[in-house]
This record gives sequence, structure tokens and C-alpha cells, in this order.
Amino acid sequence: MTIDLIPPVGSGHVAVPRKLTSVRERSDRIFHGTAGAIGMVVLAITAGIGLYLGYQAIPTLRHYGLSFFTQTQWLPELDKIGIAAVLVGTAEVALVAMVVSFPLALCLALFVSDYAPKWTKSWFVSAVDLMAAVPSIVYGLWGFFLLQPHAILVARWLSQYLGWIPIFKVGTDPNAAIWQQSRYTSSVFIAGLAVAMMTIPLATAVMRAVFDQAPIGEREAAMALGGTRFGVARTVVLPFGKGGIIGGTMLALGRALGETAAVLIIISPEYIIKPRILEAGTQTVSALIAGNFGNATKSQLTALLAAGFVLFVITLGVNSAAAVIIRRSRSGLATEA
Amino acid sequence: MGPEARSDAARLEAVEVSAWFGDTQVLDDVSLSVPPASVTALIGPSGCGKSTFLRILNRMHESVLGAKLAGEVLLDGEDIYAPGHRLTDVRRQIGMVFQKPNPFPAMSIADNVAAGLALTSTKVSKSDRAELVESNLIRAGLWDEVKDRLSRPGAALSGGQQQRLCIARALAVQPKVLLMDEPCSALDPTSTRRIEDTIGELQSQVTIVIVTHNMQQAARVSEQAAFFLAEQGTPGAIVESGPTDDIFNNPRDPRTADYVHGRFG
Repeated sequence: MTIDLIPPVGSGHVAVPRKLTSVRERSDRIFHGTAGAIGMVVLAITAGIGLYLGYQAIPTLRHYGLSFFTQTQWLPELDKIGIAAVLVGTAEVALVAMVVSFPLALCLALFVSDYAPKWTKSWFVSAVDLMAAVPSIVYGLWGFFLLQPHAILVARWLSQYLGWIPIFKVGTDPNAAIWQQSRYTSSVFIAGLAVAMMTIPLATAVMRAVFDQAPIGEREAAMALGGTRFGVARTVVLPFGKGGIIGGTMLALGRALGETAAVLIIISPEYIIKPRILEAGTQTVSALIAGNFGNATKSQLTALLAAGFVLFVITLGVNSAAAVIIRRSRSGLATEA
Repeated sequence: MGPEARSDAARLEAVEVSAWFGDTQVLDDVSLSVPPASVTALIGPSGCGKSTFLRILNRMHESVLGAKLAGEVLLDGEDIYAPGHRLTDVRRQIGMVFQKPNPFPAMSIADNVAAGLALTSTKVSKSDRAELVESNLIRAGLWDEVKDRLSRPGAALSGGQQQRLCIARALAVQPKVLLMDEPCSALDPTSTRRIEDTIGELQSQVTIVIVTHNMQQAARVSEQAAFFLAEQGTPGAIVESGPTDDIFNNPRDPRTADYVHGRFG
């Protein structure tokens, strides 16, 4: 028997991909429907919040126009309302929190994934998760009563030696024999430290999860070449975990931007654009809303919601960017595939 | 043959090695002497402890949680498990090539070969580095295929080329012994042949211990072979070891004969 392997030329047959169908199991259909519906509800709620805030913001934005973004003062009685100062304050607190938490979270994640004795690992993971579960009001109280009395010493030291850099300047004499302690309290710096404690567990959890996904084959290859732990971390774990490092940091940034309770307790409100992070007084968007909505009139309330809408858009942008970065990276593919 | 055809080969001796994972013993009282500049094949059915034994020879075994061991491994007469040795020194002297090719995907071909330098924080001049890359790619039989694309990513090579890249990478830290854990099991016959040729060329320079499931391969590349077996419910042990010819053609133990002739396993 012979088999004709070469099809006759010009037989006129054009291949078209066929449609693939199958009948789904009943249990699959039920689960698919339920899970899909729940997923849709989550999306709908998020979209609904955004739409509601956006809708509420319209009258305010229409009334104040661009000056809503350039005005620093928040004086509803005088019809002067703007978020320039609170936006800058929000960014400053978040940035301080990131500068403090990023190196700590990175080292902690690497320690747990690569350095800590294996049997201690689950303990560290639980401890980090527990840190994330502490209510933010507790971090606020901790920051105000326990941290602040010590942090002002650091703040004074920074202003003594680095005061020539504008952001570390404080409007008082740091070298005075009896220094004005109150000038160093309730600052961006101290609020940022408290917020950092809240963002560390989030960033650490994301980074550690990604570091643990680093392929065992590459780890062993590096070890078998006589690599030190640091060498393995540098050649395998960190390059692999790059997406997780960036993504985790940005998720933490999203959290820091929206943090309310701790900031509200620590800062003393001040509505000016203030580059001096060690000096008393600042304000953030979320603290502004939390501190004012209780006794706000109807028009003041829409102004607060407009500020909330701006924050919503910013954090949504940051978190979406984080999600994209995590997904595009190699480690993200490994965790989501 | 490459420009660096000198011999670093050392004698490796396992003395009364036993191993456990948690409470389960997987190796019992295994002793094996590997002469310098030779190829020794470890054969036996799956789960008989060959790979565990191989990983004990360069202290990779202990990186697994719950892994324990007893006995000694002597490199030119010195116990690599003796206190006072650095793990990193031991592993640099006794290199390893794994079953699945595992080049560092973010690195170029050249960077992969020189990865041992970065991993041990060793600084070398640019020209020394280029020479190291070239000579070891030659030793691994890959130079001619990649010399025009050294800065391309190592992950873009074929499976067989990746495995030879891993061999070049392992050779670049100048080990005295090279352990190979089923290096060809993920490769096609042509690539397998090339690796076997490479093993033949390397054996004068470095002592090689290879785990393989492929009997023909063991017969082709090795001078000495050890047959491992773990019988029902007992830890793995060496049934018989000796010159490869004897193991295949004139085994003393009937179980060896059954295995090498494919009657079980």
C-alpha cells in the first residue's frame, strides 16, 4: 500500500479554522454563573463609586473652575476652596512613607525569602500579615504618642545638619539651647513614618510572594556555581522579582496616598504649599475630608467629594499602573498564568 | 581542544554516606571512589537515590528543608563536610549541571558563562573576561555556534545549546569535579550526542560523575559505573560498582544484569 503524502496541487480546497464548541457540565455552568455575577458586582461597585464621586464633583468643578486645582486655601465661608495645598501635602506624606518603607520592605522580603532559616519562614510571613491587619487608627495613636517624642529628635538632627537643603529646613533655630519642640511635631515627616509602617506589610507581602516564585532551577544553578546568598539574590531573585518590587511599591503608594486615620491624628492642618517636611503643619486630601465632612453644608460636602474624586482618580491610576507592571514582568506571568 | 586544556581534576570519594529526608532514609551506607580525570556513571531505576547521592557530593542536598546525611565526602582526601569549610568554596570546586537546562534568562550568552564571577563577587579585567568566555565556550563545544551572538540572551538558544551553555558556565569557575544530573534527559538525540562528545573531551581536564537513565549513554561515556537500587521499602544503596565493561557484560550481581538488560526499572 502506498500513501500519497503530497496533496494534488490546485485541488481547490481552502482550509478554514473550525469553530470549537462543547456542552458545559451543569456544575460548571452554575459556578460560572455565580462567580461571574459576583465578579461583575465588584466591578460595578467600583465603577459606581467613581461615577458617584464624579457626578457629585461636577457643581464644584463648574463653580470654581481651574482655581479648584490652584487655590491652596480651604475657606468655604469665604468661598475660597482649592486642593493645591492638600494635593502637595498628600504627595509629600506618601513620598516620605515610600522613602522609608521601600528599603525596609525590600530587605524584609529578601530576608524572609532567602536568608531566614527555612523553619522560621512561616512565622515571619504571619508576623508581616499581622502587621497589615493592625487598624490604621492604632498606627496613628502609636505615631502620635510613642513615635513622635523620639522622631522629633531625628527631625531636629536632620535640620541641624541638612537644614541647608530646603526640604529639611525648619523655621526655628535648631541649635537653640531650649529648642522649640512643637515646631517639629505634627509634620509630614512624622505622618509619613506612621504611614510607612502601614505600607511595609503590603509591599513586603507582594515582594516576598514574587521572590518565592524565582525558579528553583536558576537558584540552584547559582548556588552550584559557588554563589553567595547575596550573589544568588542579585543574579536570580532580584532580576526575576523586578516586576514585584515595582508593583508592590506602587500598591503601597496607592495605600499611602489614601491613608486617613493615622494622618488625621498626627498632623495639624495647614493649607499652604509647604516643601519643609520636618516642620509642623500640613494637610492631605483624605484627612481634609475626614476632618470636615461632619459639619459641612451641602455645597461644602460636594467640594469635599470633588477632592475625594481627584484622589480616587490618582490612586486608581497608580494601582492600575502597578497591575500592568506586575502583569508585564516575567514574575507576574509566573504568578498569574 | 581549547587553549586551557590543563587538568584540575581531583579524586572524589564518598565514604559510608547515608541520607534522609525528614524521617525517611533514602540512602544507606554508600561508598564510592571516583579517580581523577575519569567519567563515572550512576545508574539505577527512578527513586533509588542516585540524584540525592549526586547532590550530596557538592553539598546541594542540605539546601532542602529536612535533608540530613551521614558519612564523609573526600575531595583529594579532605572532607568537604568538615567544619571550617565554606559552602561556596566547596560548590565552586565541585560544579553541577542539571537535568533541565537552566541558563539565567535575563543574561546574555557571555554573561551566563561569566556568571560565576558575579556570583562570587570576583573582579576581572575586560580582556580576561572575554578570554574566560571564549575558552569555556570552546571547552563546552559551543563556541562556533555562538561566537557571533555573544550578547544575545542565553534563553534564545535551543535546548541542547542551552545545556552546553550551562556546561560552559559550570566550567568557567574551574571546578575540579563536574557533577551531571541526567544532563541529556530533556534533549533530542543529536544534542545528546554533542553533549556526550563534550564529556569525552572534558574528561582529561575534570573528574566527571554523571547520573543517567540511558544505558547506552552510560556505556558510551563512562569508564566506571555504579548501580543503585532501592528495594521495596528500603533506602537506596549501591548494588555493584566497577569498570563499566564489567557492569554491562560481566556483572557479579544478577539484579545488575537484569537492570542493564532492561528486565526491570
